[in-house]
Amino acid sequence: MERTISFRLNGKLTSLKVDDQRMLLWVLRSDLGMTGTKFGCGEALCGACTVIVNNQAVRSCVTPAGAVEGKQVLTIEGIGQNGLHAVQQAFLSHHAFQCGYCTPGMIVSAYALLLKTPRPTREQIVKHMEDNLCRCGAHGRIIEAIQEAAVAKKGGAL
Amino acid sequence: MSKPPIDTGELRRRDFFGIAGAGLFVFFRSGPAEAQEPARLPTRQSGPADFNAYLRIGADGRVTCMSGKVELGQGVMTELAQVLAEELDVSFDSIDVVVGDTGLCPNDGGTYGSMTTPLLVPNVRRAGAEARAVLLELAAGKLGVPVERLRVGNGVIGDPGKPGATVTYAQLVEGKRIERHLANIPVKAAAGFQVIGKSPHRKDGLEKVTGQAKYCGDMIFPGLLHAAILRPPAHGAKLKSADTSAAEKVAGALVIRDSGMVAVLHERPDVARSALALVRAEFENPPAGPDDVTIFEHIRKTAPAPRAMGAAGDLAEGERLAAGGIVETMYTNSYVAHAAMETHSATARFEDGKITVWASTQAPFQARSAVMSALGLPADKVRIVSRYVGGGFGGKTEADQGVEAARLARIAGKPVQVVWNRQEEFFYDRFRPAASMTIRAGVANGKIVLWDSQIVGAGDREVVPFYDIPHRRVTSAGGWMGGNPPGMNPFEVGAWRAPTVNSVTFARESHIDALAAKAGMDPLEFRLNNLTHARVRRVLEMAAKRFGWKAARAPSGRGVGMACGIYSNACSASCAEVAVNRGTGAVEVKRIVMALDVGLVVNPDGMRQQAEGCVMMGMGAALTEEVKFRNGEVLTRNFDGYPLARFSWLPKVEIVFVDDPEAAALGGGEPPIITLGAVLANAIYDAVGARLLQLPMTPERVGAALAKG
Repeated sequence: MERTISFRLNGKLTSLKVDDQRMLLWVLRSDLGMTGTKFGCGEALCGACTVIVNNQAVRSCVTPAGAVEGKQVLTIEGIGQNGLHAVQQAFLSHHAFQCGYCTPGMIVSAYALLLKTPRPTREQIVKHMEDNLCRCGAHGRIIEAIQEAAVAKKGGAL
Repeated sequence: MSKPPIDTGELRRRDFFGIAGAGLFVFFRSGPAEAQEPARLPTRQSGPADFNAYLRIGADGRVTCMSGKVELGQGVMTELAQVLAEELDVSFDSIDVVVGDTGLCPNDGGTYGSMTTPLLVPNVRRAGAEARAVLLELAAGKLGVPVERLRVGNGVIGDPGKPGATVTYAQLVEGKRIERHLANIPVKAAAGFQVIGKSPHRKDGLEKVTGQAKYCGDMIFPGLLHAAILRPPAHGAKLKSADTSAAEKVAGALVIRDSGMVAVLHERPDVARSALALVRAEFENPPAGPDDVTIFEHIRKTAPAPRAMGAAGDLAEGERLAAGGIVETMYTNSYVAHAAMETHSATARFEDGKITVWASTQAPFQARSAVMSALGLPADKVRIVSRYVGGGFGGKTEADQGVEAARLARIAGKPVQVVWNRQEEFFYDRFRPAASMTIRAGVANGKIVLWDSQIVGAGDREVVPFYDIPHRRVTSAGGWMGGNPPGMNPFEVGAWRAPTVNSVTFARESHIDALAAKAGMDPLEFRLNNLTHARVRRVLEMAAKRFGWKAARAPSGRGVGMACGIYSNACSASCAEVAVNRGTGAVEVKRIVMALDVGLVVNPDGMRQQAEGCVMMGMGAALTEEVKFRNGEVLTRNFDGYPLARFSWLPKVEIVFVDDPEAAALGGGEPPIITLGAVLANAIYDAVGARLLQLPMTPERVGAALAKG
């Protein structure tokens, strides 16, 4: 159904008229022109499209736009908007990416993990990140980057 | 990154300098474009016709290096900036690298075959050295000091004996246009390296961690339409009819039919997809064909005549010597997909009779030719831009999606974006071909005396073993590079990271272990006993030492294995430790140690990234990745049917290099993957005494091998 949906996107109140059954990924990328969130599989199998809705990592390719009405949505563009976040800094210093296509989803997923679990164990990181796919094989560096970001934040607020 | 100096289009020499402005230019060739594409030389864009790469030092002091290579994640931008900074004595940060744009960059061949490092890097170094020499001469005149007395640091030339007498590169080139073609100026000796051999931050890092990196499906223009294209259900299926009336009724949808293509366009990509789903199409199914089980017999039957690849000695004599010590085995590997995270994407914009296509491709100039021929346009009317590509691995050598976007943009009269969905990506992938490899080999007194091998479907690279074998014959029929009869492969095949060599290294190194077992010898001892290739011996010994290899006959129950190989003149060896679950057949890889000889390592962390990536990608191909198909239909449609290696698979990975700073730099993106199949097969055999003869070694296949005993 076409209706006006309002939510906070990276802190800013956003309203747009949209078919509420369309997936958030396409609304972000096309209607709102925010292309940092990537399409990878369309079926919640790869994690490239991960965004945070009310502090939970979700796959935007299977999240209807109507489901974020009145909620807080955070994308990769929001994570870096006040200077590089510790997670981004750690990805940068560990070279925890190659082609970079899965990277926004990885960073957003890692950010969501640290929201819930500020000092995750290696096992918790692996479990949380398991369904984010990376074809270039940066997995070891991504784990190290998340560990370093957690230390940099000293378990404190993100 | 500062603005590139040139806008677009084909430029004559005079125009080139008019636009490029002041500065010092060094023009050079990087090799492969000359050899591979002589026909294109006269139509090369962006400047004088007799070069295919260049560097420019501008009056702002910034250095720009232009190359038609693309950044797939392999770090080409970082590597080129490093070698230029080294030879020019400027800071790494003052260098801009512009890649993958046929409107700006010269044609230096596609980004594949591990060619960038061995072929482009040496010439970029020499160009840097030449530019530095020219600037020193200019400085000598300006400062009135002999060249020998001058020193350079960070783009500033001075005479240490005359404090204050300095001049910058920027000052020297200001208002001038200095043009040089590459001469044979010596490059720096390894002892003087300050940037080569270091691992600076990647040039592409900041854009990639902030989501600002623009891939080809991220381009947005006013009026942009997204296209969803009707696809056949199977390769070889023919479209009989398509009723598009329901799709046409979707508000804002535009249906385009153009010589066999049926596309629905809409300003929202998801709406274009849902409108396409309303098209009622009928296809004529192709004749029955092979499936993923019958394929190996099929390719053996349909393969072209075998090519003789290498023969020595007398096979009958080898048979006689090896009597009692013969092992004959057929190894196979299935089709595997590239499965880059970014699907083939393109955005095309047709304006003033010229088309620009942002297309994710490893070979922008090849894509330009494809668009030229599809649209009937000359080279100066077609520009391809492929800066950041979300993974290639050989799968983005062709740019069919770019041609689709270009055709549709011209018809629609608006910019058009084509982003394949994951099913299209699997369907149109040019897979690593299925291969069947038969080896009959014999051993006597610890020496391999016979090797008779027929390779079908894989290709020709490195099919002849590098072991010392007096009596041998190797043939190869068909392969990834084309020349296969129609129908041998039910779909297109192509280059997949280290083409041919993944397949033949799996077969050869599995068989070497089988011969070692036959001879009653430890796999390392057996290899060294049959190998005089010094560089392979060296990586084998390095890997074994780092791993802590302890001699034992396999199967020892420890679950350890080794394998070695050569790709593109680089040598690699690895050791692995695995645990096999006898109940489920699941294989857990606990540790991989890899030794690499890729000559001079320009960027050790970059090389390590490639090797680590190869471990994960190679594990997937060795253990789970397999394309399922039947009668031309590709049944693998998404990642749920195509398991890639994930975080929980990550073994302990240790990479060691033979770092030889005086050696030529070799490509490192492919050699580290070649041993993964065999090293895991050999470790599984060592763990449980069952030899896996087919990749991938899925739990079902491991279970079946265990049951067989």
